[in-house]
Amino acid sequence: MTEEIIIAGFGGQGVLSMGKIIAYSGVMQDMEVSWMPSYGPEMRGGTANVIVIVSNDRISSPIIKRFDTAIILNQQSLDKFESSIKPGGILIYDGNGITRHPERKDITVYRVDAAEEASRMNSPKTFNTIVLGGYLKVKPIIKLENVIKGLKKSLPERYHNLIPMNEKALKRGEEIIREVQKAE
Amino acid sequence: MEKELRLMKGNEAVAEAAIRAGVDGYFGYPITPQTEIIEYLMEANPAETTGMIVLQAESEVAAINMVYGGAACGKKVMTSSSSPGISLKQEGITYIAGAELPCLIVNVVRGGPGLGTIQPAQSDYFQATKGGGHGDYHLIVLAPASVQEMADFVDLSFELAFKYRNPVMMLSDGAIGQMMEKVYLSPQKERSKTVPEWATTGKPSTRERNIITSLDLDPNRQELFNRKLLAKYNEIREKEVRFEEFQCEDAEYLLVAYGTSARVCQKSVQLAREQGIKAGLLRPITLFPFPTKRIKELADNVKGMLSVEMSAGQMVEDVLLSVSGKVPVYHFGRMGGIVTTPEEVVESLKSNFIGG
Repeated sequence: MTEEIIIAGFGGQGVLSMGKIIAYSGVMQDMEVSWMPSYGPEMRGGTANVIVIVSNDRISSPIIKRFDTAIILNQQSLDKFESSIKPGGILIYDGNGITRHPERKDITVYRVDAAEEASRMNSPKTFNTIVLGGYLKVKPIIKLENVIKGLKKSLPERYHNLIPMNEKALKRGEEIIREVQKAE
Repeated sequence: MEKELRLMKGNEAVAEAAIRAGVDGYFGYPITPQTEIIEYLMEANPAETTGMIVLQAESEVAAINMVYGGAACGKKVMTSSSSPGISLKQEGITYIAGAELPCLIVNVVRGGPGLGTIQPAQSDYFQATKGGGHGDYHLIVLAPASVQEMADFVDLSFELAFKYRNPVMMLSDGAIGQMMEKVYLSPQKERSKTVPEWATTGKPSTRERNIITSLDLDPNRQELFNRKLLAKYNEIREKEVRFEEFQCEDAEYLLVAYGTSARVCQKSVQLAREQGIKAGLLRPITLFPFPTKRIKELADNVKGMLSVEMSAGQMVEDVLLSVSGKVPVYHFGRMGGIVTTPEEVVESLKSNFIGG
């Protein structure tokens, strides 16, 4: 099994940390992982993306242009990466601020309105964890218990009190994600 | 003792491996995309555990001369930088090579020339393998292709540096420096309590003075010294070549690539084979010494070679020399901080050798 993922959105949305949690969780599950950020003169409000590969085999190129799954958190990223998804692949997006919705018919599209849900839950910072919960519902490549272990590894100890809240957010993401379109 | 598993950036892996290898001193100056090395070391503060000194110098030139001083005292010392910073260090590096001192220099390469970009490139191959500074000298050059090798090559670099009394360069790039992968870290080594007999540590009455210099005004003696260096480089060429082969057994077309490009090319080999093209990959691990002999042997078995580098074509010259006209050799690579994609390599393979 090899899963090639791109996560893209605004800087500050937790794009890189969502990727990190997936990578750490993969390690907890004894898999090979790579995490390759777009790095540059980027800042809050600019765009950020990360390529994460999780595999049972040795990973060849950490930098790729075709993805099994794209997790998209803003319009610019949707415009940039919709065409990079492999036919039959998955696109997950948050509808917040999206004016041009996904158009491809050969991929399965899911929508998870995490920004709205996070503000309803009164914890805007769990936004990315809600998205992650939705992703794990449709692609259960990693067990929830390993995600919790991954969270413990990737968060500094002083933030460990936030883990129950994130667990709640993961479960909420699983509940609210919905299929918008099935691949033809 | 068992190895410890971590998920780390390549830059962080170099830093942690340096502490664990029992390095005595790190002297550096921040520059993207390798700043995590000094950042990690500063935060780890190994002065309190192993006694390793970590110092941010006032400039790259100062940092390399601190390395020169530390190395002259027989200590395990290192520095790191990225392309423009490595250019600044060249004077120090040629002095260290001329004084026959061991040290480790890490170059996390970014696009050039000049300040260029901050994204990954492999355009410092000539500088790293052909000298870099003035005078007839070579560094031993190791090219890691994974975060694991960023860690493992710290120990290997010092082993080679002290064995040959020669500076070693780890030639990495922005992609390997910035990406995170699993890494198994070796247990903590103690810092050495002894120094080599050539080190300048104060003259006891029992031996002659130790002199560390790269200056000899007598041309006859200087030529003798040049011959001695040449003999050393030839010994290194003989004994220290390292490379890895990937599906070369039945390959009709050979990709030659190191570092990040070698990772990309592994995927290209898979893609090409899915399309019925028998491709293989030779990954040089040492760039100096270059795996000339092996490439020459493989030239008898393949129809052509493609050197894949994120540069305008530098290593391709060494591939051409190795092949000496037996089969066609081409270069393919993106520049300016753009990483070549696996698909582009396959396309280049097809257009160069298969036609279309």
